[in-house]
Amino acid sequence: MQFHWWKIAAIALLTYAVVGGLLLPVPELSQLGETIRNLYYHVCMWFSMMILFTVSIVHSVKYLRTGDLNHDIKAESFAGVGTYMGLLGYATGAIWASYTWADPNNPAYASFGSIMREPKLIGAAIALLVYGAYFILRSSVTDMDQRARVSAVYNIFAYAMLFPSIWIIPRLLPSLHPGQEGNPALNFNDIDSRMRMVFYPAVLGWTLLGTWIATLLVRYKQLNEKKWNAHEK
Amino acid sequence: MKKNGTHMKNKLLSILTTLFAASVQAQETASNETMASTMRSNGKIYVVVAVVLTILFGLIAYVIRLDRKVSRLEKES
Repeated sequence: MQFHWWKIAAIALLTYAVVGGLLLPVPELSQLGETIRNLYYHVCMWFSMMILFTVSIVHSVKYLRTGDLNHDIKAESFAGVGTYMGLLGYATGAIWASYTWADPNNPAYASFGSIMREPKLIGAAIALLVYGAYFILRSSVTDMDQRARVSAVYNIFAYAMLFPSIWIIPRLLPSLHPGQEGNPALNFNDIDSRMRMVFYPAVLGWTLLGTWIATLLVRYKQLNEKKWNAHEK
Repeated sequence: MKKNGTHMKNKLLSILTTLFAASVQAQETASNETMASTMRSNGKIYVVVAVVLTILFGLIAYVIRLDRKVSRLEKES
């Protein structure tokens, strides 16, 4: 096994994100309470999704420039893990929202209705569905080179769709979700310095773990490819 | 000779008392041992830390195992 430094860094950073994230002091806010610590986990899922999608589009562009199928494999793997991270972000966000946004005095469906109208949630759902279509597109083209070319072009569109759906439109509409006036987790004047100490290492740690899994996928697919090529000869 | 014997006895006694004192001290530290009190302090948040770390390390171990398997396959092919 190749034990690269960044794999060890991923383990160390995630351990720190869990221990520091649960134990270090955080600002005391009403309604949020201790759930503010979810910043180290829920928000990191979306950050790592965005970074993995960026790696994916870079490989798609590289494929279109070189025609090397290895880039296609990498683009697909990173998009896959990125989508998975996004799904985890959605699931954790649902849990978080049900304890901070939902009004315990109202029947559950009343809160559910207003939560489902959240522009951030709809935007994130659109973004994930656009990436879902990427995988459907891939599996529906049988010719390898054609699949790689068509899906690389589509991947660029999918990445471009991320910006209106998760960055721009949610900012234009009223929402319960934080992040209305900019990037709350990135703004140095906004995020508490105590939380920054854990948040940035956590983003890095989760992204590295995603990268690790994506590289495993890449290697598995390359082996598969090699096997099929040997078969045909 | 006899003088030597009492000397030995005294020495033994002093060792015994020292051991006893040490064991009492050990029991005292055991009752408020840092680990035990840590795990039960502060609304037992450390238990949550332990659980999450177990899951995290379990998942990382799984990823490492997969990595090893893929590496072995790469060597074979």
